[in-house]
Amino acid sequence: MSIDNEHKEGAEVLFMGNEAIARGALEAGVRVAAGYPGTPSSEIIETLSRSAKEGSLYVEWSTNEKVAMEVAAAASFAGLRSMCVMKQNGVNVASDFLLHLTGSGTRGGMILVTCDDPGALSSVNEGESRHFARLMEIPLLEPADFQEAKEMTRWAFTLSEEIRNIVMVRSVTRMSHASGNVVLGPLPPAGGTAEFLCDGPISDPEQGPIISAPVAEKHRLQQDKVRKAVSLFEKSLFNTYTGPKKPELLVITSSACRLYTREAVSMLAAEDRVGILKLGTTWPIPPALVKRYLTATEKILIVEEVLPFLEDQVKILAAEQVRETGIKTFFGKNDGTLPTTGELNPDLVAEAIGRILGIEPKTIPAAYGEKLRMLAGLIPRREQTFCPGCPHRASYWAIREALQRDGRGGFVCGDIGCYAMACLFPAAGFYTCKTLHAMGSGIGLASGFGKLGSFGLEQPVIAVCGDSTFYHAAIPALINAIHQDANVIFIALDNSGTAMTGFQSHPGIDINAMGNASPMVDIAALCKAMGAPVVVEDPFALKETRETLNSLMEGGGGLKVLILKQSCALSPEKKGKKRYLMQVDELLCKGDACGCNRLCTRIFRCPGLLWDRNKGKAQIDEVICAGCGVCAGICPAEAIRCEEAPVS
Amino acid sequence: MKSPLLTKDPYNIIITGVGGQGNVMASRVLANMLVRRGCKVTIGETFGMSQRGGSVMSHLRVSATTVWSPQIPKRGADLIVAIEPVEALRVLADYGNPAVKVLVNMRPIYPVGVITGESDYPEPEKIRRAVTALSAAACFLDATEEAINLGNPILGNIIMIGAVEGLGVLPVNREVFETVIREGMPASRIEANLRAFDIGAAAVAGNC
Ligand code: SF4
Ligand code: SF4
Repeated sequence: MSIDNEHKEGAEVLFMGNEAIARGALEAGVRVAAGYPGTPSSEIIETLSRSAKEGSLYVEWSTNEKVAMEVAAAASFAGLRSMCVMKQNGVNVASDFLLHLTGSGTRGGMILVTCDDPGALSSVNEGESRHFARLMEIPLLEPADFQEAKEMTRWAFTLSEEIRNIVMVRSVTRMSHASGNVVLGPLPPAGGTAEFLCDGPISDPEQGPIISAPVAEKHRLQQDKVRKAVSLFEKSLFNTYTGPKKPELLVITSSACRLYTREAVSMLAAEDRVGILKLGTTWPIPPALVKRYLTATEKILIVEEVLPFLEDQVKILAAEQVRETGIKTFFGKNDGTLPTTGELNPDLVAEAIGRILGIEPKTIPAAYGEKLRMLAGLIPRREQTFCPGCPHRASYWAIREALQRDGRGGFVCGDIGCYAMACLFPAAGFYTCKTLHAMGSGIGLASGFGKLGSFGLEQPVIAVCGDSTFYHAAIPALINAIHQDANVIFIALDNSGTAMTGFQSHPGIDINAMGNASPMVDIAALCKAMGAPVVVEDPFALKETRETLNSLMEGGGGLKVLILKQSCALSPEKKGKKRYLMQVDELLCKGDACGCNRLCTRIFRCPGLLWDRNKGKAQIDEVICAGCGVCAGICPAEAIRCEEAPVS
Repeated sequence: MKSPLLTKDPYNIIITGVGGQGNVMASRVLANMLVRRGCKVTIGETFGMSQRGGSVMSHLRVSATTVWSPQIPKRGADLIVAIEPVEALRVLADYGNPAVKVLVNMRPIYPVGVITGESDYPEPEKIRRAVTALSAAACFLDATEEAINLGNPILGNIIMIGAVEGLGVLPVNREVFETVIREGMPASRIEANLRAFDIGAAAVAGNC
């Protein structure tokens, strides 16, 4: 759905937090938006790309977050409003540029939107981007509901122009992927001209070159900007207080935690005992405002995700002001009232407030609790796995077979994408994948492992990497492995899209975020140009892939590239279309008597295959099966039949 | 817009199922219907990894006045809509209470562990018994079978939305359903969706 045309000013609509952020940017007149896909941030750029138009809004999926920030900064330098969008760990990638950008300052309003993932609901870390605001000395805003997500994003551009520096807006999964009512504001007229004025003296922020030196001067200037932001924060309507004048307990909170806190207070019916100070401007916190509320009470609980960030700031302030505000008791992360890992929820907050105020939480009737016992042992775990028809299942199958045949204890270094499930839920990758870290780290680690031969490491080293990850961060490590002559087989799992996050375009695809034709950068050609031998296989051809892999393992040292090319089962061209009609021939399927140890359902584990316990035979679930045909090659008895599906 | 009539505020709905069953779409359609009837709706959702064969849960908070936490407190569901049967049990285990109503599509999607034989999938009868015991009202549908008859198993989620309307606990109706899907769907698919909705509504009306 596009969020500009259909929705008129004043309309009240249901928006996902990410859509609200996108709409806020449109209402602010953003001209350039760049990002790299990553849950839970991806829908912001996706939504904006649907409103993109030549000359009024340029949107791109950049190769990585650092490049996205640079692209957005260029627009700001040329006087346009711009934004870059990423998930929490994307800020790590962009941070080198960010450090210098915060020193040089910006021109057109520029914002950085980061979406953190407390509890790692769809990440392999719960790193926080908030700390970058302090580290880089830039203002930080955090919306606490959907309407505010829109308003705050819009205002962030104004603030950025006022202080001539980048402003950070931080969301979390439970804001970005939650939805709520939003009342729309007006959209500004399209247009805007870009010009980079750079002939003035170095000290001229409007017309001079834009650089972060001379550092002493620029750093001082940057801190003046922060002070100016703080003075605006003191009066900001994004900071609100609800509750009694002199609460027994003051809760200081922000972001989704404010919703949890409100719910918790209502669960405990403690509205007349607890005050909630919700901060929307969370770095630096406005000292005069916070001091006012500190004075009104003795007990303070800070509710935030994940590490103590507000808590540290509040405590420093309280220590500095102790003469005026008096001695306080603090509850939060440091004293263990709330956990320092994982996400919060209303129950955890209610428990914490209940403990401080001595309120017993409501419980369910004992008889119901009794009945709940009948669920024991009834609910099977539901492990995540590759989709039916996923090329990765086939790729890992071939890798498993090849490693077994090779017999030297080889292993796979994993990377970020759907194929990382092989590390998270080992059965999904047949226990082949043994490391998982940052984007591109698979080949980086493999490059290191591949040099340990002189210390006796004889295991074959394989690195896997998806196509989008390849462009993002694998290339420097790959060059390193080639140059250092590391013994590594680099397998590019090329499924033609950023499958994990919903098929965003990347440099290997001939269409860009705005839907226009764009030049492709070919992985095979690139690897060849770097001097690596390259083989391309279709992972659905299990036998050929396995044989190729074994011959690569047997061949001499150095880095070799194997590209396994097959589109994702959910890719637009495949989704809902079966290539083959599958059937298990019950006469041929020997069931438990086969001796294959039920290779199909116990080891291969495609959800399209079922095990009929009564008959003791395999079966195809035609609702689930994607018709890829791969399982036909698994069954040693050739009981799984595949037949070309009629073209509809 | 006039304030909507709700039997409880906030009214808490959990829509649950397995990735790929159209859970997210169902929650969006229902929420949009409610917004059109003047409600403030908060949906809590997580996508990402959960799409790949995992359990998926959407929390809907329906209120006349304000936004609520995107996570429903434990034991706090008023209505559970399960597009997959064991997911009904999974949600009841955490969010069930004596007053909850439950709608269940009885078509199982077997977890990998069941396929491999590492764990067991409960018999349909056991599921019915547990859901009935743990709820104030329960209704069991064969939404996937009906949807296959309509030509597409994914319509199971719309049958469940129809069932919600049939329950009569929320200020929604067929007309507002039609308005909402006409906005987000090509015209060619409207007819089948309306039929799915009607099947669900009829299956529940007077039965639950
Ligand atoms: S989305 Fe595509 S790549 Fe990811 S698990 Fe499913 S089929 Fe595989
Ligand atoms: S053909 Fe076999 S491997 Fe492919 S989706 Fe169907 S059951 Fe799974």
